[in-house]
Amino acid sequence: MGRMFTLPLRLPNTDATHKNEHKHLGGAMDDQQFRQEVRAWLSAHFPSALAGVNPLIFQGDARAAAASTDFQTWRQAMADKGWGTPTWAKRYGGAELPEAQAQIIAQELAAIGAFNPIRSYGTMMLGPTLLEFGTEEQRLEHLPKISRHELRWCQGFSEPGAGSDLASLQMKCVDKGDHWLVSGQKIWTSGADQAGWCFALVRTDTSVKHNGISFLLIDMASPGVEARPIVLISGSTHFCEVFFNDVKVPKGNLVGQLNKGWTIAKRLLQFERASLSEVKTDVVPLAPIAHAMLGTDPEGRIADPLLRGRILHNAMRHAAYLQTVRRLSEEARHGGPNNGVSTLKNLWSGIVQRRAELMIEVQGFDGLGWSGEGYSKDGLEATRALLHSKAFSIYGGSYEIQNNITAKRSLGLPDR
Amino acid sequence: MAVLNDEQIMLKDMVTGWARERMPVTQIRSLYDHGGGGKQGEGPGFDRAAYGEIAQMGWTGICVPEAYGGSDFGSFSLGFVLEELARTLAPLPLLSSGMIAASALVLGGTEAQKVLWLPALADGSAVGTLALEEGAHHAPDTIAMTATQTAEGWRLDGLKRFVADGMGADLFIVAARSAPASDTADGITLFLVPAETAGLTREALDQIDARRPADLRFDGMVLDARAVLGEVHQGGRLLTALLDRAYAGQAAELLGLAEQALETTLEYLKTRVQFGQLIGSFQALQHRAAEMFGEVQLTRSAVEAALTAIDTGDAETSSLASLAKAMANETAHRISCEMVQLHGGIGMTHEHDAGLYLKRARVAEQSYGNLSFHQERWARLNGY
Repeated sequence: MGRMFTLPLRLPNTDATHKNEHKHLGGAMDDQQFRQEVRAWLSAHFPSALAGVNPLIFQGDARAAAASTDFQTWRQAMADKGWGTPTWAKRYGGAELPEAQAQIIAQELAAIGAFNPIRSYGTMMLGPTLLEFGTEEQRLEHLPKISRHELRWCQGFSEPGAGSDLASLQMKCVDKGDHWLVSGQKIWTSGADQAGWCFALVRTDTSVKHNGISFLLIDMASPGVEARPIVLISGSTHFCEVFFNDVKVPKGNLVGQLNKGWTIAKRLLQFERASLSEVKTDVVPLAPIAHAMLGTDPEGRIADPLLRGRILHNAMRHAAYLQTVRRLSEEARHGGPNNGVSTLKNLWSGIVQRRAELMIEVQGFDGLGWSGEGYSKDGLEATRALLHSKAFSIYGGSYEIQNNITAKRSLGLPDR
Repeated sequence: MAVLNDEQIMLKDMVTGWARERMPVTQIRSLYDHGGGGKQGEGPGFDRAAYGEIAQMGWTGICVPEAYGGSDFGSFSLGFVLEELARTLAPLPLLSSGMIAASALVLGGTEAQKVLWLPALADGSAVGTLALEEGAHHAPDTIAMTATQTAEGWRLDGLKRFVADGMGADLFIVAARSAPASDTADGITLFLVPAETAGLTREALDQIDARRPADLRFDGMVLDARAVLGEVHQGGRLLTALLDRAYAGQAAELLGLAEQALETTLEYLKTRVQFGQLIGSFQALQHRAAEMFGEVQLTRSAVEAALTAIDTGDAETSSLASLAKAMANETAHRISCEMVQLHGGIGMTHEHDAGLYLKRARVAEQSYGNLSFHQERWARLNGY
């Protein structure tokens, strides 16, 4: 399960193709010149109608993306330039840029309210995984399409009986000589009904747990695959359950070694957690809404002093969280430790969920409408945001699982 | 931890090594006479000899320009020195003197005042501190102690309370009310007051952390005009600049304290066996530890951002300094409570270090503003 946020917090090694290539003298000067080039190119190619538009509208919904001419123009331009996956090699559809210049592109996009239209599960999770574990043949088949965002990928990990205990997954994959035969069910698969392909964890050995899992790429158009959307408490139908009924998969679609899929999955989940704990810095500030809804006292403070105190507590934690993202990005750029991803994800989900609750509390009944003219647009959005936010501490490894990981990996606490 | 340059890495390693060797927790323990409810302690409440040693290594001059005998490494560097020293609760007046008093002179002193005091503060031969509070809470906006202009210069009357490191200090930076606040002036004037000045009496307070703050009584103290630090009736802005340093510096100490308290607790969780298992394998305890680790991460980011902002003269400095102190207060509070709780019975004994961390944490939380002070200040600076 994944979702998308802006502002890349990169872990070391996510861009295995380019390391330290930018350490020559004069780099700063080149970067300055590069920034000017980026600015000029963006001003010529970014459709101004998309400025400030929430990219989730397109990332989460293939129909909305297909229907927007502006989005398609923008996607084409970035794909042709290779800047959606700027650090990838050119043969994979990237631009072969050093990390520092990739950052410059991200900064310049943010500066004009633009977004990366290529960003997807493909670029965030499968791409880095294939770069690290895939064969050259697999990379050449899939990466160029990912770097053009020509088809969508979904992640087939969770199963009805394998949520937090993911390694207990059961989806059967049997070697039939010239193909694999796959049967079983996946659930919580984001955007499966709109995806062209699926990267899935399958069981290739039932006698052992972690060492009987393999990592398989499955064409969603294969006979026997059926994706059904699930309606969530927020009304969203983003997640699906996917049924695999004796699906034939070519032998060449296995990534890495047979029964070594769990190693790949763990690495991929790191990519996912890294992208989960990214955060938009332009979140709607709580203060103006609180003043508008609750009134202001003679000293200029939010009039409800007890609620103000709770708002403040959350706002300050949010400010400290943003400083933490900045600090850890800086440390990661200098090759610092990267075992803090689970910690960061829990801080993020806790702070953002609390914030969503406060947003509703500030709006009172106006924040509790489901639809209709009787409610403001902001109020309706806040309601959906609150309901949606409940997933933050469940997906990508629940709050409890992340705490287990922090306790063991970061703090070295014992298993028994 | 932020990315350090080579000089900073060397400095940090040096401090860590020295604190471990020369300033273990037993050092603060030796200042206590509380075991068995004994008598009040004596002396300055800090280790003067050790302060001389860190001065020799240059740590007391980190915020002092090279022209006055310092290294001018900046607040960020002093911040991680304070942090490392706080890990072992080192009883040293480095925040009071090396950060706050030194910055007072750097930011507000005349050339003559700088020449007189900065080299002495940098080489550790003098210890300075801020005399601000008049009541039990940090209240920089309600200074009542009076400074009256006279033919000779100034006369100070009133009481300053809970002055950190006050029993061993040689120089006090005193904030007094010299005029009523008006639209054009805040009415505050800062003074440099040597400890031996006639008209000053000081009394020791027996604080829970074995440090010895002082109550200062100013009784018709006569000062000449050269004692004024900064502008007459306009001291508020200088005071704010000093306090931002105090907030960030005290937050750095709380961060170091909290990190060590967590590490010591984790060691216990990894060695204590009950029900035939290491107690650190219990999920209930693992999750508490994981959450504490997260709070330390938030705090570190806030503290480093505040110290960096001071060095770069960032417009957000005051906001970041209050964010840092608020986060550090909460984190050190939580972890010091958990340290006692997770150690169980042994954590309640004077023999164990947990109590020392708890006591020092409470004093540092109260020093230079409690949680609500900094929440309110941050709120006003950010439009809440």
